Amino acid sequence: MKNFAKTLREIARYPSAIIGLLIILALIVASIVVIVKIPYNEAITRWRGGEEIWGKNPRNVPPTWINWFRKDKLVETLHLFEEDEDVLVEEIVTDGGTPVKTVSFEFNYEYDTFPQDLVLYFTSTYESKQPFVSVKMITPNEDVIKIGNFAIGRTHTFPINQDTKLRRSLGGVVPVIGLFIEKGDETQTPIKGVYKLQVEMITFEEGSSAQAEFVMTGQVFGWAGTDHMRRDLTLPLLWGTPIALAFGLVASLGTTILTMFIAAIGTWHGGLVDGIIQRVTEINMVLPFLPILIMIGTFYSRSIWVILGATIALSIFGGGIKAFRATFMQIKESTYIEAAKAYGAKDSRLIFRYLIPRIVPWLLPSLVSSVPAYVFLEASLALLGIGDPVLPTWGKTINEAYANAALYRGWYYWIIEPAALLMITGLAFAMLGFALDRIFNPRLRGM
Amino acid sequence: MGLATEKIVPKVEKRKNSASLSTLSRVFKYSGLRLISLLVTVVIGIYLTIMIANMGGYVDQMMKAEIQERVTMQIQMNPAYKTMDPAVKEKLTADKIQNEIERLRLDEPLLIRSVGFLKNALTLNLGRAQNMSADSGSRNVRQIIIERLPYTLLLMGTSQLLSFFSTLFIALALSRKYGSFWDKLVITLSPTSSVPGWFYGIFLILIFAAILKILPFGGVIDAPVPKDFLGRALSVLKHLILPAGALFISSFFISIYNWRTFFLIYSSEDYVDTAKAKGLTSREIERKYILRPTLPTIITSFALLLISLWSGATILETVFNWPGLGRTIYKAINLYDTPVIVGTTIIYAYLLAITVFTLDFIYALVDPRVKIGGGTSK
Repeated sequence: MKNFAKTLREIARYPSAIIGLLIILALIVASIVVIVKIPYNEAITRWRGGEEIWGKNPRNVPPTWINWFRKDKLVETLHLFEEDEDVLVEEIVTDGGTPVKTVSFEFNYEYDTFPQDLVLYFTSTYESKQPFVSVKMITPNEDVIKIGNFAIGRTHTFPINQDTKLRRSLGGVVPVIGLFIEKGDETQTPIKGVYKLQVEMITFEEGSSAQAEFVMTGQVFGWAGTDHMRRDLTLPLLWGTPIALAFGLVASLGTTILTMFIAAIGTWHGGLVDGIIQRVTEINMVLPFLPILIMIGTFYSRSIWVILGATIALSIFGGGIKAFRATFMQIKESTYIEAAKAYGAKDSRLIFRYLIPRIVPWLLPSLVSSVPAYVFLEASLALLGIGDPVLPTWGKTINEAYANAALYRGWYYWIIEPAALLMITGLAFAMLGFALDRIFNPRLRGM
Repeated sequence: MGLATEKIVPKVEKRKNSASLSTLSRVFKYSGLRLISLLVTVVIGIYLTIMIANMGGYVDQMMKAEIQERVTMQIQMNPAYKTMDPAVKEKLTADKIQNEIERLRLDEPLLIRSVGFLKNALTLNLGRAQNMSADSGSRNVRQIIIERLPYTLLLMGTSQLLSFFSTLFIALALSRKYGSFWDKLVITLSPTSSVPGWFYGIFLILIFAAILKILPFGGVIDAPVPKDFLGRALSVLKHLILPAGALFISSFFISIYNWRTFFLIYSSEDYVDTAKAKGLTSREIERKYILRPTLPTIITSFALLLISLWSGATILETVFNWPGLGRTIYKAINLYDTPVIVGTTIIYAYLLAITVFTLDFIYALVDPRVKIGGGTSK
């Protein structure tokens, strides 16, 4: 305990270690929150569910916060239901006895660009006579633009932007632009202010009803933007955190501790056991690490846990074993081991109670420092297309961005976000490991 | 070589009078044992690679299924066979499939074939690729590797050699004035090397290709290849900057830090202080008292660097579309092309074994404390 406090005080002397430690703690907390708030199955549904989950998001747009740094504000995504606050619903019955429901979707348009798409979704119930709908837009200048009149089925989607009649009436300009500018404005500057999209729904039967829903997909979306399938990138970024941490920590812990035990056993028994361990290490050096992992990913299973197991298995007999061996050799010759032998301590007692405790301070830095390599290994494999087929990870996000030429087409956020997270994670562990190395390694002290 | 050394040392010490003769026999004995041990290592390593690359026989199943599908399709699509009697057609299909399976020797069990594979691999008879072909159209594995090798050597060679020598000299300079601003800067920046090269590559592409548009996104030469030699060289150089730069950055700070720490440990030895007290110039101290004892380590890491050039950087080459060996291995794996995978592995294994073997002798040459087969006698 005293030692622990001393170590903590030592760490406090290195600002980089504190930053690293704080980032790691933040990542761990974030991972726990993510796993609790978005359970595994829900995450999978949200990432693999299908069009109904993300169909109303814009396609390939950056996150909302980039508007903070822009002078010309990009259109934010708007999704309005009848129950929403800004939506006015009026129901009247005409003199002829037909009920008319008027829904006004009001929204404040303070942007300098145009939306990606405008879509109205309808649901209705009826026996045989379809409800009839007429849609118009009232601009801030009180101009009224007629958008269309049509009958709707039980579910109906009206993509305003693809309406050719409307386009013609707007003077050949696509509706997403034409609805927001002065008619005939060549410079195409949007008029700012409050727009009203008015939907009049007439039902012709007793008990028949109709609901409308309005979606204006913008040029920005959410905290992380969307990908080529309109999926919200927040999910892979959030869920990537526990996966990256788990992969990095488990691989590094597993490898380091197994390596240490094998080296300890080899050093202790010497002779044949040591010889075999040494030969296995040499054989392992000949085996191509990355190609074998790729082969396992391609041939056997792409599951992240299989890859993790293979990574550990291949790393155990790595260069680390020689370093551990050298240190154990030194300790083995120490006098206190001799004393323990003299009073007849068992081998297991010697290894676990005398050898290993001496090595732990030496082990900790190498354990922390090896985490980034494994975090990036997962990303590397994902980049080569052998990431886990189900889980959304940072590496897979980069892979998908790369496959869709995101850099070439200017969708930088798609790559920068997961890359920045990977980098922060990697650097945090590296900074802490580095400082620990300098604290525990007496030869480096003061250098 | 723990086993070899321990047994031989006492014998040598007994017969000090016939020192030269015993040295010779010791060197031979040691080299022989070492060679055998390395060979066994290589053989086992390659055999394991062969088994993994064949997935213990699963690749055979896949290839058989693929042959079946291809032959059946061929016969069904062929208008000449259209009017043929179905039974005859079936017989023809079965025959053709059998022929194809026998041609690829898939009818024999993998265990038997793998011995043949091993023999071919060890004798560097790399054979023919199953699915891949070189740009010249050849199916020869050796041809495929030779075609890709220059690109990998160019990329890895430029970046690694540049990185090795520049970091070595910078580290030497920093170790002389340690604690200075630059020294501290290097220490602070060294965790950045935990990020792999391809990762920096993505950022470099983002900055220099996507935003600034001054360097290409990837590839190795401009699309209409320049006609004159100078134009071609410049074009390749332009494509080389980003991938080589990415590799260089990713190893730069950590290797300066490692070398610097290494030199510092050696310059805190007593004999360096003595040399300083004698009034030797710092250049002389560096050459005679710091570089000399660290030479074996420098040579080792240089040798390991040289063989690491061989395997290329799979992911970086993929990110930059660089047509090197690393990307070829990746492609080969995706096409289940075992001969290509084994071919590249065996060459790497041989290079590694040769390097490890020769390093022992180089140590003995540069470091008088090291005796071949005698371990270090400090």
